[in-house]
Amino acid sequence: MSLLQTLAQKPWLDKSAGAAIDESLLTSIHAKKIALNIFLAVVTVLFSLFIVTFLARSQYPDFKALAGDIWQPFYNPTRLWLNTGILFVSGVAIQAALSVLRKKQTRYALAALVMALVFALQFLVAQLMLWQHLQTLGYYVASNPANSYFYVLTAVHGVHVLGGLLVLTQALVNFWRKSSLAKLNESVVLCTRYWHYLFALWLVLFALMTSSPETYKTLAALCGY
Amino acid sequence: MSYVAIADQVSELHDPKSFVTKYIWSQDHKVIAIQYGGTAILVGLVALVLSGLMRLQLGFPDTFDFINPNAYLQFVTMHGMIMVIYLLTALLLGGFGNYLIPLMVGARDMVFPFLNMLSYWTYLLSVIILMASFFVPGGPTGAGWTLYPPQAILEGTPGDHWGIILMLVSLAVFIVAFTMGGLNYVTTILQARTRGMTLMRMPLSVWGIFVATILGLLAFPALLVSAIMMLLDKVLATSFFMPAIVSLGEQMEHAGGSPVLFQHLFWFFGHPEVYIVALPAFGMVSDVISVHARKNIFGYRMMVWAIVAIGGLSFIVWAHHMYVSGMDPVFGFFFATTTLIIAVPTAIKVYNWVLTLWRGNIHLTVPMLFAIGFIFTFTHGGLTGLFLGNVVIDLPLSDTYFVVAHFHMVMGVSPIMVLFAAIYHWFPLMTGRMFNETLGKLHFWFTFLGTYAVYLPMHYLGFLGVPRRYYAMGSTDFIPESAQTLNASITVAALIVGLAQLFFIANIIISLRSGKRAERNPWKATSLEWYTPDVPPHHGNWGEKLPEVHRWAYDYSVPDAKEDYTPQTMPESDVAKAGA
Repeated sequence: MSLLQTLAQKPWLDKSAGAAIDESLLTSIHAKKIALNIFLAVVTVLFSLFIVTFLARSQYPDFKALAGDIWQPFYNPTRLWLNTGILFVSGVAIQAALSVLRKKQTRYALAALVMALVFALQFLVAQLMLWQHLQTLGYYVASNPANSYFYVLTAVHGVHVLGGLLVLTQALVNFWRKSSLAKLNESVVLCTRYWHYLFALWLVLFALMTSSPETYKTLAALCGY
Repeated sequence: MSYVAIADQVSELHDPKSFVTKYIWSQDHKVIAIQYGGTAILVGLVALVLSGLMRLQLGFPDTFDFINPNAYLQFVTMHGMIMVIYLLTALLLGGFGNYLIPLMVGARDMVFPFLNMLSYWTYLLSVIILMASFFVPGGPTGAGWTLYPPQAILEGTPGDHWGIILMLVSLAVFIVAFTMGGLNYVTTILQARTRGMTLMRMPLSVWGIFVATILGLLAFPALLVSAIMMLLDKVLATSFFMPAIVSLGEQMEHAGGSPVLFQHLFWFFGHPEVYIVALPAFGMVSDVISVHARKNIFGYRMMVWAIVAIGGLSFIVWAHHMYVSGMDPVFGFFFATTTLIIAVPTAIKVYNWVLTLWRGNIHLTVPMLFAIGFIFTFTHGGLTGLFLGNVVIDLPLSDTYFVVAHFHMVMGVSPIMVLFAAIYHWFPLMTGRMFNETLGKLHFWFTFLGTYAVYLPMHYLGFLGVPRRYYAMGSTDFIPESAQTLNASITVAALIVGLAQLFFIANIIISLRSGKRAERNPWKATSLEWYTPDVPPHHGNWGEKLPEVHRWAYDYSVPDAKEDYTPQTMPESDVAKAGA
């Protein structure tokens, strides 16, 4: 039933006991999926606000974008592509874990999950190395607002990845305890959704950080700046 | 539609075994609610004392040596922040949200009890961090509760180092706590309603809490973003919000940042925050009024729509807090318009409360007195909001006591009135005992008349141009001497109101120890929470079987029914007819 239909109901007339229960909606996976979706909505709002302030700040004269000119560090974004590749493999591994788990091959699923974990950790390490790289080039956190945003956005995204690793570890604990297949499936389904989200989020951040000042200007104009 | 109950599997319940798991590390929503409520009230008392100290300085300047200008600003800041976030938000959503949602929708507990427990302990951590700032070098921040940069982190503002850092960290931790709780409230309402409990059969309390929680989930990230960026400006000398600035004769490292950007972020959170506090209060007061007037709430559907509409609109009015920031007049016009539009659903709600009372069988019980008091204070505060929503009126009044009077009436006194109404109303359910009626009435009259004695004169002070946030009036020739007399009388009234809260605390303590045992459902209400097998409800709420809902929560004084209330659980065939 749509929201509008729900809001149009006249509860003072209806004295019925209510429809039969739709059993498929009662399993806990459904509740967890709703909660995860709401959480991801919250994260989306968080990053949207960061991005809007980024665009506003990018229109001030002291803002020097990290890409666009040949001497800027992200003029050649190879390192970023490399990190993106690592995170992508992690996502593929977790998707593979889900599909083999659906074929009830728990051992393969476990292997794929461990692989996802390793690659996600590798992604975090690679991000830290990227930070170091920028530091050696002299791009410190406070030397320009573009740098500040780069460090903040990657750090908050890193915290988001760490949160995912906690959930993933919980899933691995479930494997270790030899939980029921349904429970394993549940935790992997949730992890998969989380992983795809954080990869998509990373792509958005990637695109944002490697855009040229002209792109910022257009986007900021669209936002009313 | 989804009904019932993941929580309907008794075997899966986390049964508490020892004292520690039952009362301390509890996962029961009722215990967590009381933990939230108790912590919020305690920290609220700190904020109440701070307001008393502020009033002492304003009413009787040059009398108290320990209140210097720095301490005064710190009192203002901590009073505001504690009251808005750590008392009102925590008590309304963490306290009443936790207590009422599962009971009112017929669930055994929140959907994620462990997360719920974690939410409370994280909240407690944020309170401890905030309180710690009283004891660090320099004391708590004195930047005003809005924490505007650049002054919030510059030398010269009290608590410009540890004070502001702890404040920002505490806010970030609070937001984490709120998000964990909020996920629970929304998921429980969507997913764990018992059979027959459609969304449109939910009591308005649940609707208010539901929409307020969604607002909180979407608005608090703005505060988190601004807290993170300001923290970096402070600790790492970045320039998100900080412009190039010379402080104490020295050029700071910052350059090029935008303080107004912070204001936008802050109020994008700050205005929905008003409704995060107001909507649960709107919901609960509707239920209290309906029960104690023995009438169905007037215009239930319109009430739900108004809650949803206010929730949506609250995200596009934020810049009416920033008319004096020098923004584009076109923006000002837009935000003045949306501000006036949001008054429409709000006014609908006020009319509906009054129309619910009209020709109702009004019982002037203590909760009802507070609820009616709320209608007065809220209408009063709301009307001055219409003045301030207009740019031309706001500009001269913005930095005066008129604004202080306005927001204290509308979001200080009004939600507090509802909180008292709600505490007195649900006290028999929560504790199994009745409160003392006489003490309750004394508490009401002192609080209600007292707050008018405090805030009504403040409007006049505002018109006279008495500036707010000032430690002392100084040499302001345009303000007549009599303003100081008024200020002193306000202080006396404020201290009396503050002391009158002892009636409330005494009442709680006496009633808990030796109050009359409450009968089941003492107010003869219809909603589910009063129909648990045990009073107060035990762990799991409903015994063996979940309740089944057959009607909405407002079947009071139904024509030709024998009783003047019909419980939500009663099937139509069982309703005793008057003539039968």
